[in-house]
Amino acid sequence: MDLSLLLTDVPTLVVVIVGVPAVLGAYILGGEFLVRRLPDRARGSVRPWIWVAPALFFVTAFLVAPAIGTVFTSFQSHGGDWIGLTNYQRQLVDFPNGGAWIAIRNNLYWLVLYTLFVLFFGLLLAVLFDRVPYESVVKSLIFMPMAISAVALGVIWKFMFWYQPADAPQTGTLNAIVVNVFHQAPKTWLTDPNVNNFALIAAAIWGITGFSMVILSAALKGIPADLLEAARVDGAGEITIFRRVIFPLMMPTVVVVGTTLVIFALKAFDIVYVMTAGNFGTDVLANRMYKLLYQADNPGGASAVAIILLLAVIPVLIFNLRQFRAVEARR
Amino acid sequence: MSSVTYDHVVKRYTSDLTVVKDFNVEIADKEFMVLVGPSGCGKSTALRMLAGLETITEGQIRIGDRVVNHVAAKDRDIAMVFQSYALYPHMSVFDNMAFPLQMKKMSRSEIDKRVKQASGILGLDNFLKRKPKALSGGQRQRVALGRAIVRNPKVFLLDEPLSNLDAKLRGQTRVELQKLHRDLETTFIYVTHDQVEAMTMGDRIAIMNAGILQQVGAPGEIYDHPANLFVAGFIGTPTMNFVPVTMENGNAKASGFDVKLPKPVGADKGILGFRPEALTDRIQDDGSTLEIKVEVVERLGSDQFLYGTAGEDTITARVDPRMKVAPGDRARLGLDLRGIHLFDSQTEKALL
Ligand SMILES: Nc1ncnc2c1ncn2[C@@H]1O[C@H](COP(=O)(O)OP(=O)(O)OP(=O)(O)O)[C@@H](O)[C@H]1O
Ligand SMILES: [Mg+2]
Repeated sequence: MDLSLLLTDVPTLVVVIVGVPAVLGAYILGGEFLVRRLPDRARGSVRPWIWVAPALFFVTAFLVAPAIGTVFTSFQSHGGDWIGLTNYQRQLVDFPNGGAWIAIRNNLYWLVLYTLFVLFFGLLLAVLFDRVPYESVVKSLIFMPMAISAVALGVIWKFMFWYQPADAPQTGTLNAIVVNVFHQAPKTWLTDPNVNNFALIAAAIWGITGFSMVILSAALKGIPADLLEAARVDGAGEITIFRRVIFPLMMPTVVVVGTTLVIFALKAFDIVYVMTAGNFGTDVLANRMYKLLYQADNPGGASAVAIILLLAVIPVLIFNLRQFRAVEARR
Repeated sequence: MSSVTYDHVVKRYTSDLTVVKDFNVEIADKEFMVLVGPSGCGKSTALRMLAGLETITEGQIRIGDRVVNHVAAKDRDIAMVFQSYALYPHMSVFDNMAFPLQMKKMSRSEIDKRVKQASGILGLDNFLKRKPKALSGGQRQRVALGRAIVRNPKVFLLDEPLSNLDAKLRGQTRVELQKLHRDLETTFIYVTHDQVEAMTMGDRIAIMNAGILQQVGAPGEIYDHPANLFVAGFIGTPTMNFVPVTMENGNAKASGFDVKLPKPVGADKGILGFRPEALTDRIQDDGSTLEIKVEVVERLGSDQFLYGTAGEDTITARVDPRMKVAPGDRARLGLDLRGIHLFDSQTEKALL
């Protein structure tokens, strides 16, 4: 990075380095100063607001306000005229192949497959690694993909799925195996509409399994050892112990991880954008929204898709928050 | 219903950490055996090896005639009550008690019958639908007992099951457990570090210290004939008086008094032991006496404890509460010769 660029605008730099902390400090001190002058009774109820206010301000300015703006835009034409539900109508016409339907279908694939497999692998790895030596080393390895940016992950897997015609050397890992080990014709993983969605989802699963494993593993470790010993003495085998004791006790955590994954699945964008750009029938809602906005210059349509996505996420979000509180309450 | 045998059992965690050393005990069928010793002496480890929760490094453990060294915990047909109770938090009281029966693939009606029966015995009828979280400590403890008794196990293991209860409840439950043992007619092995529990509950007591079994015997026998200095000091409150002595023609000579030994011993030095109640304010003509300088007097209504010194040795005496004595007094007390013990100062073994 060329740092001399920063120096060309010294006043801005000074404002950032000196001004921001000064404003924050003044806010806190000034707020506290004003609170002190309040009558005793009011002080307790006012002080929390002083501290929460900056966060509230930023959330409102950068999240709530744009969301409301998006709702308005979704009812407007490109020129700003009110056109009612037309934008939504256009997204939901011609089931099953028109409008946003392919993206909706794919999001459902993501929702089900991504969520279930990540939970399954996470749980499996958490339970198995609980019993191996060097547990932390092995777990770090599995967790590593979490440290890769989603774009890099998409690029890596694009190479994994790379296709070369049958007579050329196969540089894609998967096709190399298909050709050299199974002696089959190479497959077009990312363009064949029968498999490409699953290929994308598999790449995403690889990237996130470490996250689910680490959280589930922590929940597993939270189960007191003497419960498992009691179950053993009571005559339960290891599988029964998992089914009847371990899993039910991990259930609240499984639900929290599961709903978080559902939200991730609904928001899926980066991997699709990098690997197929939503072509060949792999579009998802987030990518469609992006395309409508920046490529088709259709802010109304993009806003309508955004609102559809938002409506799908909200119930999951509420459920997730409730469960999270339930898990906390158990501690 | 079965006997249990520990045959030269050793538990070693690493080559230089042996927590149970050459442990030999035979526990008879239907016996109530108490394993007692100070914290960290290896009691729980000995019990957990029997339950199959720890491996056995050396030796054999047998249940009945069957060697169980390599039998999985779930196949040993043993019930265990944990100190923490280890109730399944996500199951109701009923399901907690039904769990071991379901593992035996018992029919629903039989499970229902047995759980109801156990809950009746333990007074848990009104709590069957509750989760363990919604129970008091004493109720949880009874659920843990219930989960063990529904099975009619061969052996019943209890690892300090009363230590989380308050003093009153502990007393009650002690009695209930003894009653339960009579009714169930099963072998009980009970681990505790509380010598009062050991003395009151056990048919026999096994005393451990630092991984080594010190003595096994009926409570009275252990109280009256401790095999070594450790056992003598561990059992009984207040603890036995210990006074270093030298032997001179049949007498044991302490710094402040002499005692005629009932029989000659082949040592010229030792440690004389006698319990506080071996001292009395009623002095017999031919008996030994000693004079103590009283420092503290404790009146407990039924008892009176005197703490003081005889010569250079600290002495505790338990005397009739009607004896009039105040701190600073000198009191002459009789010593009952039937209650004296002598221990080798090197090996700490009993000499009398
Ligand atoms: N997994 C282990 N690895 C190494 N040492 C252990 C292990 N488990 C127990 N020990 C040691 O073994 C010794 C005996 O432990 P144990 O739990 O049997 O004691 P205990 O007699 O039951 O004591 P308490 O009355 O406090 O329960 C202790 O010194 C303990 O530190
Ligand atoms: Mg213990």
